[in-house]
Amino acid sequence: MRVRHLQSLASVIVMALLVTVSSCKKNLMPEGELTTANVYTDFNNYLPVLGKLYTAYAISGQAGGAGNPDIQGIDEGFSNYLREYFNMQELTTDEAIIQWNDGTVHNLHDMTWNQLNEFITAMYNRIYYEISLDNEFLRNTTDAMLSKNGITGSNLTLAKQYRAEARFLRALSYWHAIDLYGNVPFVTEADQVGVFFPKQKSRAEVFSYIESELKAADADLGAPRFSYGHADKAAAYTLLANLYLNAKVYTGTDHSSDAITYAKKVIDAGGYTLEPHFKNLFLADNNKSNEIIFPIESDGIHTQGYGGMTYIIHASIGGNMSPAAFGVNSAWGGLRTTKQYVALFSDPSGNTDKRAMFFTDGQTLDIADEYNFQNGYAITKFKNIDQAGNKGSDPNGNFVDTDFPMFRLADVYLIYAEAVLRGGQGGSAGTALDYVNLVRTRAYDGSTSGNINASQLTLPFILDERGRELLFEGHRRTDLIRFGKFTGGDYLWQWKGGALNGTSVGDFRNLMPIPSTDIINNPNLKQNQGY
Amino acid sequence: MMSVMAFAQTGSIKGKVVDETNNPLPGASVSIDGTTIGSVADANGNFTLSGINAGNYSVTAKFIGYVATKKTVTIGSSVVTLTFALQSENTNLNEVVVIGYGSVRKKDLTGSVVAISSKDFNQGPVTTPEALITGKASGVEITSNSGMPGAGSTIRIRGGASLTASNDPLIVIDGIPISNESISGVGNALSTINPNDIESIDILKDASATAIYGSRASNGVLMITTKKGKVDSKLAINFNTLNTLAKNTKEFDVLNADQFRNVVQTQYPTAANELGSANTDWQKQIYREAFGTDNNISFTGGIKGLPYRLSVGYHNEDGVLKTDNFKRTSIDLNVNHDFLDHSLKIDLNLKGTYTDSRFGNSGAIGAAVAFNPTQPIYSGNANKFNGYYETVGNDGTLNGNAVRNPLGLLYGTDNTGTAKRGIGSLNVNYVFPFLKELQFNATVGGDIADGQGTNFTDAASAVSAANNAGKGSLSHYFKENSSYNTDYYLKYAKDFKNIKSHFDIQAGYSFQFFKIYNRPELSYYADGSLVTGSTLGPNIPGLYKIESPFGRLNYIYDDKYLLTATFRDDRSSRFGPDNRNGYFPSVAVAWRVKQEDFLKSVDFLSDLKLRASYGVTGQQDLGNNTGANNSFFPYLAIYEPGNTGAGYQFGNGYTTTLRSDAYDAGIKWETTKTSDLALDFGLLNGRITGTIDYYYKKTSDLLLQTPVPAGSNLSNYLYANIGDMVTKGVDFNVSVVAVSSKDFNWTFGYNISYNKRSISNISLTGDPATIITTGGIPGGVGNTIQVDKAGGAPNAFYVFQQVYGTNGAPLEGVYVDRDGNGSSLNDKYQYKQPNPTVFMGFNSNFTYKKWNLGFTMRANLGNYVYNAEAASNGAYQGLKFAGYLVNLPASVLKTNFQNYQLFSDYYVENGSFLRMDNANLSYNFGKIAKVATLRVTANVSNVFLVTKYTGLDPEVNNGIDNNLYPRPRIYSLGLNVGF
Repeated sequence: MRVRHLQSLASVIVMALLVTVSSCKKNLMPEGELTTANVYTDFNNYLPVLGKLYTAYAISGQAGGAGNPDIQGIDEGFSNYLREYFNMQELTTDEAIIQWNDGTVHNLHDMTWNQLNEFITAMYNRIYYEISLDNEFLRNTTDAMLSKNGITGSNLTLAKQYRAEARFLRALSYWHAIDLYGNVPFVTEADQVGVFFPKQKSRAEVFSYIESELKAADADLGAPRFSYGHADKAAAYTLLANLYLNAKVYTGTDHSSDAITYAKKVIDAGGYTLEPHFKNLFLADNNKSNEIIFPIESDGIHTQGYGGMTYIIHASIGGNMSPAAFGVNSAWGGLRTTKQYVALFSDPSGNTDKRAMFFTDGQTLDIADEYNFQNGYAITKFKNIDQAGNKGSDPNGNFVDTDFPMFRLADVYLIYAEAVLRGGQGGSAGTALDYVNLVRTRAYDGSTSGNINASQLTLPFILDERGRELLFEGHRRTDLIRFGKFTGGDYLWQWKGGALNGTSVGDFRNLMPIPSTDIINNPNLKQNQGY
Repeated sequence: MMSVMAFAQTGSIKGKVVDETNNPLPGASVSIDGTTIGSVADANGNFTLSGINAGNYSVTAKFIGYVATKKTVTIGSSVVTLTFALQSENTNLNEVVVIGYGSVRKKDLTGSVVAISSKDFNQGPVTTPEALITGKASGVEITSNSGMPGAGSTIRIRGGASLTASNDPLIVIDGIPISNESISGVGNALSTINPNDIESIDILKDASATAIYGSRASNGVLMITTKKGKVDSKLAINFNTLNTLAKNTKEFDVLNADQFRNVVQTQYPTAANELGSANTDWQKQIYREAFGTDNNISFTGGIKGLPYRLSVGYHNEDGVLKTDNFKRTSIDLNVNHDFLDHSLKIDLNLKGTYTDSRFGNSGAIGAAVAFNPTQPIYSGNANKFNGYYETVGNDGTLNGNAVRNPLGLLYGTDNTGTAKRGIGSLNVNYVFPFLKELQFNATVGGDIADGQGTNFTDAASAVSAANNAGKGSLSHYFKENSSYNTDYYLKYAKDFKNIKSHFDIQAGYSFQFFKIYNRPELSYYADGSLVTGSTLGPNIPGLYKIESPFGRLNYIYDDKYLLTATFRDDRSSRFGPDNRNGYFPSVAVAWRVKQEDFLKSVDFLSDLKLRASYGVTGQQDLGNNTGANNSFFPYLAIYEPGNTGAGYQFGNGYTTTLRSDAYDAGIKWETTKTSDLALDFGLLNGRITGTIDYYYKKTSDLLLQTPVPAGSNLSNYLYANIGDMVTKGVDFNVSVVAVSSKDFNWTFGYNISYNKRSISNISLTGDPATIITTGGIPGGVGNTIQVDKAGGAPNAFYVFQQVYGTNGAPLEGVYVDRDGNGSSLNDKYQYKQPNPTVFMGFNSNFTYKKWNLGFTMRANLGNYVYNAEAASNGAYQGLKFAGYLVNLPASVLKTNFQNYQLFSDYYVENGSFLRMDNANLSYNFGKIAKVATLRVTANVSNVFLVTKYTGLDPEVNNGIDNNLYPRPRIYSLGLNVGF
């Protein structure tokens, strides 16, 4: 017995020691995680990191479809960058109205939004999400960092090109920021990731920053059309042309001459040409088009999301429209246009001007009821079928292949013409007319019957022409503001100001409010007047 | 015959059993130790024992609720007279209560602990462990998640101390803290534990009791102890079976077919062509009367002195929603033994569970409320959509937006899952023979759960036509959770009689790791072919570790003054090196006032104890999905890979992406400081016992997913330590032995809890205007109905204040202009909140001879509910969708809303209720056929519900009633047979 006692005691002590040895001094550092500290040492990671800077516009998170969202506090697909950009630029105008009951979405078209509006907030958050991602990439790809991480040779050249693209993307988002919100918080790669209060910079200061960034990035950017998806030199020039065209709104100083300079740079650089048939620009295989200068991509298999083009196509279908004809599985029954927009076309049938892409069967022209899809003409512009009539690649018909043409050549032609009309130097009225007629001939499917003469080329004509050409492409709000027609009572469309036939709204609405979340969180910020 | 024959040569005992006041105790048993001779006292308390051989004997008298008393007698040939005056026992003071890393006698407790043992568990059909104690303990709110079998419950101890981090308590099973991580393939992780194997559940509420669990203890701790083998017992076999029938009691009130036809004709005749001629009650169609059975057999005994208990359980329950089913097979083995003259104790517990579930498509619940009641169930065309009537367009193709046929949803999907879980623990306790005051205790254990399942959509179903191009879908999932625990401590305990002191001190070390692995899977069509483009997602197992030294000191002076101090130092790998250590101390004092001389003679007061405690606990449970930081490590600057579907095209190729996630390098756990002041009392010899606690908790450094200044981090929200919250409350409970007599006993318990949570700050800048929206609702994508805001309760409803017309009906779209600026657009306000401010439980038990009648009731007061079913369908707009009709809730006839008014406070209703959870009647046959005991029980669960709430059931978690799976009334019949 006694021996057994001792054996047992010994075994307990051994066990205790084993437990002690096995459990003390645990390594509490996580293992196998990819972090800032190690991700940039392998050049294979650079393209995936850059890829995220692009997908942040196109989709909403890391799962594909939905799941693992980039931003919080709002439905993921809902908050997608492109979807909100569309909502800001289109839903607020004569071009689009929506039927749904999602939160405060009606306040956009009704122009009754306030600083709590979740869509305005989501747009703002997406813009700064993009800028933060760009800053993180730029912070880690300085010459010093590239050298430290051993990036050399052709990898170094590529890294510098990626870096220039990140600067372009940041400039693009800052342009959206000042265009929508005016004076905005300002952060660059010089700031570290943390919780701090970015300073607010004036619209004019940020305007100058965008200008200088794009000019600085130019050297390292790829040549026009060097590789689809990548931002190239032409994309940077187009952004500059847009920036200069609206400079008076942003800074009080007209930069029409600069707009002409950069529009010319795009046109003269070659590479981009007008797509022969207008409708092909908006189909599932529009990535093959030579006209699109900068796309936000969408892909039924590789780039999936419920925002962006998936939203624009599904939401445009409803009533008697057949989803199958659009290459998708369902109609979300949301978007229509106002009769004021339809009136931009002398012939809305689409027989002459092919840009008149309306669906009228079962739809009323008049929108007596905002909440009824069949009030207002529907738009058939974007489709998830290719030129040959095949459906997009998602076999389930949820996610679409159609890319969003954020910048395309026709826009550049019209910028040139408008800048000339606004008194910009360095271009000519004759060339302006030629460019406009190039656009119109294409609109009339090769026929010159829609061409205009010099006397018809006026600023009001340009605004209408941009409406006809660029419907649903995210330009309308900015254009109407530049022409002074967005607010006030000069131009009324149905449900502007929340009234059936439209009513005047205050000029303060030329700027969106800075969302109240950021006003509260960042004591450096001052709210826009009127909010 | 034998006893008569024996009588001549033997002696006998005659006597009486009385209580302390000399009243007879009929039914008391008197027996002679070491023999089979025994008797029961008659109505006058008298008994006779005869046939006793001459000699010295020890005689024991016993009666329930009284201390067993022994007397020694010498038997000759004469009759010995013996009177037993039994003292009623104050049992519960000597009960042993399980606490963290040890146990303690109830009278020595200094913290706030509620101990509930199996004899007090809820009766009737109980599928998950926590349901054993629903309504039994003050300060503990247990809300079943739904009426789905195995759905489990949400447990809130004192309301929970967190805001966006988890509010679930820590659960410790036989000494092993288990993870709250969900298990795949089963409705709820706790449903993998068979409640029949549980011996006791102890709830640790204040910091003195919980702080020894440190960074996981802020929301309280549930200590579950399972049944054990007993020393020196013979083989006993116990079999019980409970068979249930579940029936719904109510339907959500929607328009019937005739009402609907009428409304369409008057409100939107354009859509009249979409009306059919059928009269279908869709809710009736999707539900059924459902059967269930729960069977358990246990073997308890000792093999050569080695006590063991082995039990096997089988549970099979259909849900009231058609196709829904939950099955569980469980096995539980306990072996324990004392070696070496009780100096070495070993206790081994092994549990294995296999669950097999079919999850009925709960989308059918909402579809049944919304589907056009004038259409038939079947279309008459068996080849299309499996014969179910669906809304189609003019071209015969499915209307993708329309509500799907509820039965088509149920039978068109087949989602099944299985889970295997094993929990094992080995506890070794060794008392050093050379120093009896010193003991060593080690516990090692593990918990492994594999959950997997398959989701299938029939290719012919309408869902498939709408979402999968008619090819159906098939997907699999697999998740493994594992955790390993080891802890050990040394404890030294000694009485110092000369200074009237008892002293014990314990110091230990614990290490635990958790691993969670989700296997990436491919997507398939129903026929098993791969979905085009489907590829495996990234594969990242999560692993985190906690190591913690801990200690406890108990000091008792003169059995009157008690002091407990505890300490834990947690080091969690979930936080950065600079924030890894967290120190969690607590201290408690208690004064057993009853032991003072001035109270000793106060007879009616049998116990009085004052307690006070203060301590610090933590919370580290962010889950592993913190939004833009999808890992366990919110402090790390992680680059997270995206799936194939989240890639981008460059040139002619595609790349997947790497996302730099938001992070807060300085993040650490949130900290809760809890003070508790309490009084324990016993009256009339313990026939009335109770406790009242007041507590005040302040949580600071809340782990909050909060908006951060735009541009400062890598997302708009960040998990960071921002904000404070205060919780105050009072817990009171009393249990009463109202009648105690030979044939009739009546006991009841009552508890009432007051709990108020209030947010002090949730803003980075301390700005009280910061709001965090919570509480998603249907009726539009991304809509929310609740907010967190300083000064308010968590998840307060955030709504417009409805204006009513002279007829009392709400005026559509007219809301109070609360800020007086001429518009109500900006004027949402915080209105009520979903948690009850007061909740109560009442349970009662009568026994009459062999009959037993018991019931339990619960009431919640001050809880408000957003009636999302009424709001999201509550307008004539539902008639205007292109090509399909949506049925309307009956409330639309009152509101006459044309368009949805989702944010009106009209839909926030008082959800106060009184519910009888269970009523049961049993008859104990006692020994039958000399070999077996038999007890028969009849139960009704969810007996009645009294509420003003207009929806189905106001008891919904988070206060949003969105197509709750209804809780049925369950009738059950049980048999318990013992051998």
